[in-house]
Amino acid sequence: MDNVNAAVMSSRIQPDGGSSLLEMQDVCFERGGKAILEHISLSLARGEIMTLIGPNGSGKTTLVKIALGLLEPDSGTVARKRGLRIGYMPQRVVIDPVLPLTVRRFLSLGGKCQLGRRRTALEEVGAPHVIDSAVQSISGGEFQRVLLARAILREPDLLVLDEPVQGVDVTGQAALYDLISRIRTRYGCAVLMVSHDLHLVMAQTDRVVCLNQHICCSGHPAVVSKDPAFIEMFGKEDADRLAVYHHHHDHVHEPSGEIATHPPGPHSHDHHD
Amino acid sequence: MNDFVVKTLLAGFGVAVVAGPLGAFVVWRRMAYFGDALSHAALLGVGLGLVLGMDPVFGVVVICVAVAVLLALSQRQKSLAGDTVLGIMAHATLAIGLVALAFLTSVRVDLMGLLLGDVLAVTTKDLWRIWVAGVGTLVVLAGIWRPLLAATVHEDLARVEGVPVQGVQLTLMVLMAIVIAIAMKVVGVLLITSLLIIPSAATRRFCRTPEQMAVLAAVLGCCAVAIGIWLSFHFDTPAGPSIVVAETAIFLITVFTPGRSPGQ
Repeated sequence: MDNVNAAVMSSRIQPDGGSSLLEMQDVCFERGGKAILEHISLSLARGEIMTLIGPNGSGKTTLVKIALGLLEPDSGTVARKRGLRIGYMPQRVVIDPVLPLTVRRFLSLGGKCQLGRRRTALEEVGAPHVIDSAVQSISGGEFQRVLLARAILREPDLLVLDEPVQGVDVTGQAALYDLISRIRTRYGCAVLMVSHDLHLVMAQTDRVVCLNQHICCSGHPAVVSKDPAFIEMFGKEDADRLAVYHHHHDHVHEPSGEIATHPPGPHSHDHHD
Repeated sequence: MNDFVVKTLLAGFGVAVVAGPLGAFVVWRRMAYFGDALSHAALLGVGLGLVLGMDPVFGVVVICVAVAVLLALSQRQKSLAGDTVLGIMAHATLAIGLVALAFLTSVRVDLMGLLLGDVLAVTTKDLWRIWVAGVGTLVVLAGIWRPLLAATVHEDLARVEGVPVQGVQLTLMVLMAIVIAIAMKVVGVLLITSLLIIPSAATRRFCRTPEQMAVLAAVLGCCAVAIGIWLSFHFDTPAGPSIVVAETAIFLITVFTPGRSPGQ
């Protein structure tokens, strides 16, 4: 498996040495004469969580597929660290009901692993009870967790998650982002994630890249949320809410570790100005 | 049972045993029309084999693989829908095959036999051909089973996990071409797809794993072959269509049999 993987990736491999796992230089991509991505340069460091945000059709998924090597850029270069192990969670996985498949079997399709490892991976993502269920019978949130389990079974250096909370209810979404953050800590892997749930994602992110064909702005969430380009794209209200959320987050974990419910107000916004 | 009946049954079983597991993939990957296009093209392959003075099976495999590659390439263009391209290909190759065979005045071609099968006329040589090709196909299919299943469930995910997706998909097409070549003798080019998809479709509600479905499809296919050949002997009906009628009857019975719901 590893050899095959290495062979697939071998077309664009950077000699080992640099600390970045993934580096894109001036990547452009177009389809049918329409530019999808323009002059994208970014690099992802070991252990970093990077979130791509942007409106629908802004090229987020295309960028992810180029990062994974599933699509070739029209111009520019993509370099992955030699031997990089990637755990991938694609967007909108639908498994045809005509294919009988249990969760255990679904996980086994990802490759060989130690006996009992699949169950512990499911325990880590909080879904051990579905192991013998048909993949089509479990809920959206459970299925996303199963996908995450399949990704971590590869013991990845890099987790690539394309809208990981899709089809999950709001409370489940926050829990899933927390889980992703815990997995990062535990495995020390970098995370490249696509999302448009701005509020939920921000607290768990080291760097936000705001995409709309080109990179509008990027940086730490607290900084990006005040960037004029960001405010223009998502509106003043959303940007303010983000700032609020950060303030809120800064205070919550100190005393008890519990999630307090600060009413968002102008006061909290002031902190960031 | 006389030698003649045994030969006929063995030919049918040989095809059904390999058509079951392979047909499961045709059903999972929604390739029914693709199978139709390939099997129609087989007629052209017979013509090619005859012109080149080679075994028709060889001609069928060559033409089917060529058509499969052409179809795969044509899926990249976006101006025509996939099913339109398949429809054009299926009927164009059938028509070209029929016209080409008409030009072959030097060889007498049993057209009805090619279209609807002629399992009662199966020779020992045919039987060898069916079983060697059939067992070979099953061995290769078993070898690519996990990567092919992974690519069927989610192509991009499989690719990121290191599965050589294009390689296993091309292998599947070659296997389909081989099965079409050997199944022609039994049910003819017009009915081959039914041999692939009906047994698998009948099994879905009773299976919890892909492997159960593949094995049960092979078993049901063999039952249908036995019933169809029995019908053919008793009522003097054409054997190929009788096998497909038997398959359809089995399918209808399974539809009304209580089983697991797909969600379980």
